[in-house]
Amino acid sequence: MTEQSRPDTARAVAVHPPMAMLAELTHRCALSCPYCSNPLEMTRRDTELSAADWAEIFAQAAEIGVLQLHLSGGEPASRRDLEEIVASAHAADLYTNLITSGIGLTEKRLDALEAAGLDHVQLSLQGVDAEMADRIGGYRGGFERKMAVAGWIGARGIPLTLNAVMHKLNLDRLPETIELALAMGARRLEVATVQFHGWAARNRAALMPTRAQAREASRIVREARARLRGRLVIDYVTADHHADYPKPCMGGWGSTGLNVLPDGRVMPCHAAHTIPGLDFERAPGRHLGEIWREGAAFNAFRGFDWMQEPCRSCDRKGIDFGGCRCQAMAIAGDPAATDPVCVKSPLHARLAAEAEADAAAEGAELTYRTNPA
Amino acid sequence: MSDAPAAEATLPDAARPRLLRGVRVKHDAVRGMDVLLAPERALKLDPIGAAILAEVDGTRSFAEIVARLAARYNAPAEQISGDARTFLVSLIERRMAEAA
Ligand code: SF4
Ligand code: SF4
Repeated sequence: MTEQSRPDTARAVAVHPPMAMLAELTHRCALSCPYCSNPLEMTRRDTELSAADWAEIFAQAAEIGVLQLHLSGGEPASRRDLEEIVASAHAADLYTNLITSGIGLTEKRLDALEAAGLDHVQLSLQGVDAEMADRIGGYRGGFERKMAVAGWIGARGIPLTLNAVMHKLNLDRLPETIELALAMGARRLEVATVQFHGWAARNRAALMPTRAQAREASRIVREARARLRGRLVIDYVTADHHADYPKPCMGGWGSTGLNVLPDGRVMPCHAAHTIPGLDFERAPGRHLGEIWREGAAFNAFRGFDWMQEPCRSCDRKGIDFGGCRCQAMAIAGDPAATDPVCVKSPLHARLAAEAEADAAAEGAELTYRTNPA
Repeated sequence: MSDAPAAEATLPDAARPRLLRGVRVKHDAVRGMDVLLAPERALKLDPIGAAILAEVDGTRSFAEIVARLAARYNAPAEQISGDARTFLVSLIERRMAEAA
């Protein structure tokens, strides 16, 4: 094969097999968290893939090297055929993780999910008590229900990670959050400071933590990690806008993971739809492997050729890949720009000042996410 | 970094290590290697790690595991013991294994 006959691969960017896939089974959810990572424009219920379509996608995913499957939403339990979907993921020999708020799960459904081969549950936490959690989730009774579900998961011995999304309103309660994870018998705790994309970007003034809060959280995490080694693993996503360098984007765009929307569109990351001009092809009609290797959206920011200065000549480009493409789009208006979180970005000072102002704001109203038609 | 006393995981010779539920070895045919799959993690296993885990079944003691590996690979037990202990303790600290 000559280079001329394969023009789009002439750009010698190595394509490695993907490790992980996030399947957004539905955008429907009982909660309406103001930092939801679902798109502002949600996928309609009547365009959701069938369980049979998902089974085909999972088989394709396994074939191209995906090891870990994250079943997400919206709330995946709002699909009545979740058990069937988990069974097909297990049949494809994928490591199957359910990302859930707990709402919609019952003891009977957990038994069925366990029997279907579910490997692990990641339970989201909106707050450490009903007052905070139900206010953030916008759903009364949600906290009480979640605690019951956590008990059922624990009773069955299903491996559990607690995913606590932290922000200005609850970051001061991190010590209680850690205690709650221990009380639930979670093996892992993710302390995930809100990243300001999508819905969260509309709630900056309400949710942006202060620099002091972020610093104290880092200290608490360090101390707890040492104290709880061998009991609780703590993963920590720091506050982006108070940092000097951006977070690595997905371990490199199109290098380790992919994201499938409820209607089968395949994206390089959960926010990639915010970048105008990217075209997302649909699985399983088009094979996932073709989309991964040849899809224009996957090749748009693969490797380093697309970079501009200062990233192009920066020695950190193999560490953070120039940061987040979606954030570059949102703030710099150019998806190939340096992530404005980076101190080397000309927009960094403005971003930092805005973060300070949002962090100092008091009493801002929450804008909740909406539900798909 | 921190002054807090670190809880050190240990693995005595008589302890019986096992992988926790939700943690398993899989042969990755696409990459041609063994991987250890765990909640939110996939670790590449080198041949030594894979050989150690092949002996870990929850009933064998650490000493038995070392003796079996030493016999199988015709290597000094002290060296195997050091490698195997470091590896298994790292899994215990990451909540992927435990020892009773
Ligand atoms: S572009 Fe941004 S939102 Fe998308 S994966 Fe990268 S870091 Fe995350
Ligand atoms: S200039 Fe680009 S590559 Fe360098 S640290 Fe900043 S974002 Fe990363």
